[in-house]
Amino acid sequence: MNALAARRRHPAAIAVLLMLGLFLTGALYSAFAPEPAEATTQALASQSVEEGKALFRANCASCHGVNAEGRSTGTDDQIAGPALAGVGAAAVDFQVGTGRMPMTQPGTQAARSDDVKFTDEQIAALGAYIASLAPGPEVPSEEAVDPTQGDPATGGELFRVNCAMCHNFAGSGGALTRGKYAPSLKDVSGKHIYEAMATGPQSMPVFNDANMTPESKRDIIAFLTTINEQENPGGMTLGSLGPVSEGLFAWVFGLGILVGCAVWLGAKAA
Amino acid sequence: MSTSSARPADALRAGDPGYQAPPSGAARRIGGIAGWVDDRTGAAKPVGYLMKKVFPDHWSFMLGEIAMYSMIICLVTGSFLTFWFVPSAGHTVYDGSYVPLRGVEMSQAYASTLHISFDIKGGLIIRQIHHWAALMFTVAIVVHMFRVFFTGAFRKPREINWVIGSVLALLAIVEGFAGYSLPDDLLSGTGIRAMAGFVQTAPVIGSYLVYGIFGGPFPGDMIIPRLYSAHVLLIPAILIGLFTAHIGLVALQKHTQFPGPGRTNDNVVGYPVMPVYAAKAGGFFFIVFGVIALISALVQINPIWGYGPYDPSPVTAGSQPDWYMGFADGALRLLPGWLEFHFWGFTLSLNIALGALVLLPLVYTVLGVYPFLERWVTKDEREHHLLQRPRNAPVRTGIGMAGITAYTVFMFAAGNDIMAIKLGMSINDITWFFRIALFVAPPVVFWVTKRICLSLQRRDRETVLHGRESGTIIRTPDGRYFERHEAQLPEEQWVLVQHEAVAPLELEPEVDEHGVARPAARSERVRAALSRFYFADAVNPVTPAELAAAHHHGHETEAIEGAQPSPELESSQATDRS
Repeated sequence: MNALAARRRHPAAIAVLLMLGLFLTGALYSAFAPEPAEATTQALASQSVEEGKALFRANCASCHGVNAEGRSTGTDDQIAGPALAGVGAAAVDFQVGTGRMPMTQPGTQAARSDDVKFTDEQIAALGAYIASLAPGPEVPSEEAVDPTQGDPATGGELFRVNCAMCHNFAGSGGALTRGKYAPSLKDVSGKHIYEAMATGPQSMPVFNDANMTPESKRDIIAFLTTINEQENPGGMTLGSLGPVSEGLFAWVFGLGILVGCAVWLGAKAA
Repeated sequence: MSTSSARPADALRAGDPGYQAPPSGAARRIGGIAGWVDDRTGAAKPVGYLMKKVFPDHWSFMLGEIAMYSMIICLVTGSFLTFWFVPSAGHTVYDGSYVPLRGVEMSQAYASTLHISFDIKGGLIIRQIHHWAALMFTVAIVVHMFRVFFTGAFRKPREINWVIGSVLALLAIVEGFAGYSLPDDLLSGTGIRAMAGFVQTAPVIGSYLVYGIFGGPFPGDMIIPRLYSAHVLLIPAILIGLFTAHIGLVALQKHTQFPGPGRTNDNVVGYPVMPVYAAKAGGFFFIVFGVIALISALVQINPIWGYGPYDPSPVTAGSQPDWYMGFADGALRLLPGWLEFHFWGFTLSLNIALGALVLLPLVYTVLGVYPFLERWVTKDEREHHLLQRPRNAPVRTGIGMAGITAYTVFMFAAGNDIMAIKLGMSINDITWFFRIALFVAPPVVFWVTKRICLSLQRRDRETVLHGRESGTIIRTPDGRYFERHEAQLPEEQWVLVQHEAVAPLELEPEVDEHGVARPAARSERVRAALSRFYFADAVNPVTPAELAAAHHHGHETEAIEGAQPSPELESSQATDRS
């Protein structure tokens, strides 16, 4: 206790206390924060429409309606989930395959999640059921999304004209109104990029075969694959977010290091 | 010499200079060259004067040096870049080594920037050093300005240098804009497109101005060569000329110093240029160069190959200017749309003009004018070579912090979309937060800063009168408790009491001695009001009489129990009220 009392006026005392407080807060939060609830039930694998229907009723019907006719929340004209007739197997494969559906809670926008709740067979069954309701875009073939068959330069031009205004020049994502956003395209599979263009999930416009040919879609996939896989010339990218992160870096690290050097040099004089 | 007494004639040689070894060959050569130059230029005197010049030492005096060195780094690396950069909007098809752009049509400016980045040895690192040094140049200018402002270094006789500095700061950001607009990639082209739009919002003359600047309608093929001339010739020439005047005035007027033992308004305490300061400042150049080179080697900046060539139809999310233009961009994001007016077939886009055309010159005009405003209020005509501690000018420090807050709100508002995606918030909410903060935060920050300064001044008074709290509690035999206060060393005390006592200017009585009304000029009344605003609740330093009284009462210790208000405390409170 004496040692503590003697050191309480030490110059580092405040910093140490602050670190201790931050650490304790973090530790307490992680100890008491609620675990995300496991909402999905284990479903049986099946290829058939019937099995897909069963999966749908067990996991999706509370928002999308028992027959995928869509449901409202009951407040104003808000919808809990849209009608799904005609969205096609591609939409199911995109939404469920990227972990966006089933949504853990209603929100501005369904976020991508690595925690995909269904197996590939289950997703295919769900897609088969939705496709049986009305015709819609299909899951693309392996060949249609093969980046090696596309031209990254053409894809880059198409990307800058059609996609960069929301997804940013490097596919790092961008903000939309009222909390909606265009997500980052880093490490998204070619199949899911193709499906997103074909079905226009959430705020995204539809780029169907009439306004963007399958070849153009493959070029864009080739472009995104190239910039995902290339090493970064010039060093760390700071998130590829443009001048904002560069300015922040200059103020925090550039100025911080140089002022540190100046203080050190100034102290050498005395 | 023991032999000197042996020969009487040796006495005649007493007082003669003894044998001097001839200077070494190297010294003779240097002396010879120096003499040769001096004979022809007369440079020995002024150079000797400069070499003996004394500079005071403090880390914050090196912030301006960071700016100076960054500028030199920009000049050196920029010269390298001009060897390969082609300032032309001429059409070409890329066939260099960056695969994702091969076969894409683009301008020669963009193609040559790609060439520098990917096919010139060391080109990319030099480009990155150039850009990072430009960011550090503008950052260092701003923090250097903070230091000068908050320590009152802009007071007489240095007002001219403050104005020159403000112009330098403005030129630096214009130079930066011209520079990052050159590569003709998607981001810089978007910046030029935005600039064209801003100029168009100038009432009446806007569209003519744009045609003049672009040599026709946007984009044309004139803007890149014109920006290039401005960036490598015109603005750097003015920058260097003004910078020379800036640093020449520092040498002429001598550098200011912080108050301390032996430091007065009439001397400079520090080290001479030769050898100490030259070594330190020279060494600091290499530190700055080294740090910027290290950052440039590790961290990517402005990846123009990612943005692709400029094309007026696309635009990328996250299109922002470099940070120093951010405040103007932020103002545009905060301005409401209803400020656009239509009448008689004309459009007045105040929603753009206020942020794009008015704010930028306004900020730098306010900066340049401040020393004259403060001098007018204080009527202070004396020369000041001792710096003020920021707490000893609470209102000025508050004004400065409020200004920084407003600027920061503008600057952060320019990043509202990045904040929205990185913090998971709504861009609309963020924009409204900044709109409200722009009006609420500066007054709050002013008030808080001023109160903190006054409290620090009061604590300084306490420390002078009662010494430093030691944290040691002493119990007397009769059971009373004391905290022992340690007496200050005189040199520590000096720093706390050296500043001048201030009081608001008094308005002359409204009637003269004959009872005749003497209408005070309106300007005098304004001055008196402003003076009250600055100095009404000033906390003044401990006077020698107050200090003597405190010692007389033997208040090295302070009773914890039965605390009676000490006369010194009362007197200090009385001063506060007066």
